[in-house]
Amino acid sequence: MTVLVGYVPNNYGEAALTAAVEEAGRRQEPLLVVNMSRDDVLADAHRAGEEQLDRVRRDLDELGLTAEVRRVEHGNDPAEALLAAARDVDASVLVIGLRHRTPVGKLILGSTAQRVLLDASCPVLAVKPA
Amino acid sequence: MDNLNALLQGFGDVLTPTNLLFALAGVIIGTAVGVLPGIGPAMTVALLLPVTYGLEPAQALIMFAGIFYGGMYGGSTTSILLNTPGESSSVVTAIEGNMMAKAGRAAQALATAAIGSFIAGTIGTMLLVLVMPQIVKFAVTLGSPEYLAIIVVAFVGVSAVLGSSRIRGLASLLIGLSIGLVGIDRVTGQQRLTLGIPQLADGIDVVVVAVGIFAVGEGLWVAAHLRRKAAEVIPVGQPWMGKQDWKRSWKPWLRGTAFGFPFGAIPAGGAELPTFMSYMTERKLSKHPEEFGKGAIEGVAGPEAANNASAAGTLVPMLALGLPTNATAAIMLAAIQGWGIEPGPTLLAREPKLVWALIASLFIGNTMLLLLNLPLAPAWAKLLQIPRPYLYAGILFFASMGAYAVQGQPFDLYLLLLLGLLGFAMRRFGLPVLPMIVGVILGPLAELHFRRSLQLSGGEWSGLLGGPVAWVGYGIVVLVLAWPLIAAIVRRVRGDDGGDGDGTNGPAGSDGRDPLKSATTNFGRGGNVPDMGM
Repeated sequence: MTVLVGYVPNNYGEAALTAAVEEAGRRQEPLLVVNMSRDDVLADAHRAGEEQLDRVRRDLDELGLTAEVRRVEHGNDPAEALLAAARDVDASVLVIGLRHRTPVGKLILGSTAQRVLLDASCPVLAVKPA
Repeated sequence: MDNLNALLQGFGDVLTPTNLLFALAGVIIGTAVGVLPGIGPAMTVALLLPVTYGLEPAQALIMFAGIFYGGMYGGSTTSILLNTPGESSSVVTAIEGNMMAKAGRAAQALATAAIGSFIAGTIGTMLLVLVMPQIVKFAVTLGSPEYLAIIVVAFVGVSAVLGSSRIRGLASLLIGLSIGLVGIDRVTGQQRLTLGIPQLADGIDVVVVAVGIFAVGEGLWVAAHLRRKAAEVIPVGQPWMGKQDWKRSWKPWLRGTAFGFPFGAIPAGGAELPTFMSYMTERKLSKHPEEFGKGAIEGVAGPEAANNASAAGTLVPMLALGLPTNATAAIMLAAIQGWGIEPGPTLLAREPKLVWALIASLFIGNTMLLLLNLPLAPAWAKLLQIPRPYLYAGILFFASMGAYAVQGQPFDLYLLLLLGLLGFAMRRFGLPVLPMIVGVILGPLAELHFRRSLQLSGGEWSGLLGGPVAWVGYGIVVLVLAWPLIAAIVRRVRGDDGGDGDGTNGPAGSDGRDPLKSATTNFGRGGNVPDMGM
């Protein structure tokens, strides 16, 4: 059993990571950090740079957690990437950052978070940044 | 003085709300396609061709000119932020520009690129105003034999001098000339290369060729290479420059302009050579040679100025002689023909309003581009986050619609697909696109002058040699084609020291090759973009 967190390089990702660290400590389980980078665009704002992932690794090391940081670079569907990782490691809980959206914004943009919430077979912890 | 008066008149014509709107639309579209690698001004102008047949020629040309200049601005943004040149002309910019961005100086790199482009574009357009009418004065005295010679020089220039391989260039030219031949011969009424298909009797419309090769070919190419690692987004603030940056930029801007304009104006110039020469010069002259390769601002300022100046230079032969020296100009020329206006030396005399309005719009477009690009560079970079499938679905849709709209025949759609496959094959086998499109557009014109010369001389072949201009022209052609042979002989005679006299690829010699190569490898898509984006 593992705590799985979807990480993106912004305050939503940081909030999710913080919550996931807490969760991993509470459950006494290893942590898996996944960053998804789409492969059908030229630049992806959700792609975390190598330095950023290294920083996350260092931070988790310092906290003394058993943790792995992974980047998925195939496909164009972050929700699917996260759910696949959850199935792979048989995650006990999935942590994601959640963005505030108006109903109309939701309609236009669709939402990765919604897909994760609906399709996940494990509990999902959705966090909003302070 | 006459020219300046005419130019002022042109400004008067352009400064109507409608025309300004078209100029604005042009520069916005141009910047957008410039930012996106693989989609260049040539493809965009081709896609918009059928739409513009309903417009006034002046309005459409104003928009095209905006797209042309805008592409040069936009290309640098991608080069700097992604290390993937948006256009072939900004390959060199990527070398230093991306290093600057990685060092956290993206804002300064974007600023020097935009301001340099503006200065070079303005000076270049000014030179266009001064030079073009002089060339027209000279060109109207030319007869068919001379004109044919100049066209042949252009053919040889675009196919044998540009690009890496003469064989490929000439092969591509031959494909273009063959496509240009399709249809009924105007003189004898014979059907040529029509395969008995009645729809081909009128020839293949240039729109279908251009859209097929540029848009469908590129779409198929991207579909075959769809998956690719995305890049991280480099945070950019507002582009700005410090005092030091200005001090280090202004000389490269001017030198880049001096390189770019003449190279744009000759049929074998293009934007790649002058940008590269500018880069090499700046590296030699720089007071901070140690910074080169680590993000020297001179290495962005010079080449960016050079590519915009060459864009202005390109318009000299296009407007004065009806000769395109790059793909965008070739398609603009096709557009002019499409409205039933004959391009060539008589253009300025017959359509002075059109020409001067176009030139005036260049000044205005250039200013708009500076205003658009300086504060909005980060917003333009957001375009890179559009998923490719959406983008190319849109392009293919417009391509099919454009091809169908020309004559309303389903046959043209099959033709489009066929030409798209041809375009894909050309990219696959590294054939440059420019000689082909120039062949399609200039081929029939060359034939016309060829026949006219022979008719004038009563079928005597000597009639083709005409006057001194033709002699010089054919002299250049022979020299260019025989150059490898001559160079080899010279080298053997002088021992092995012949590198200096190697005119065709002299500037790209020995020590300069590595940075360019590393930049092109970063394309990740072979030799595709260099031929496209012009």
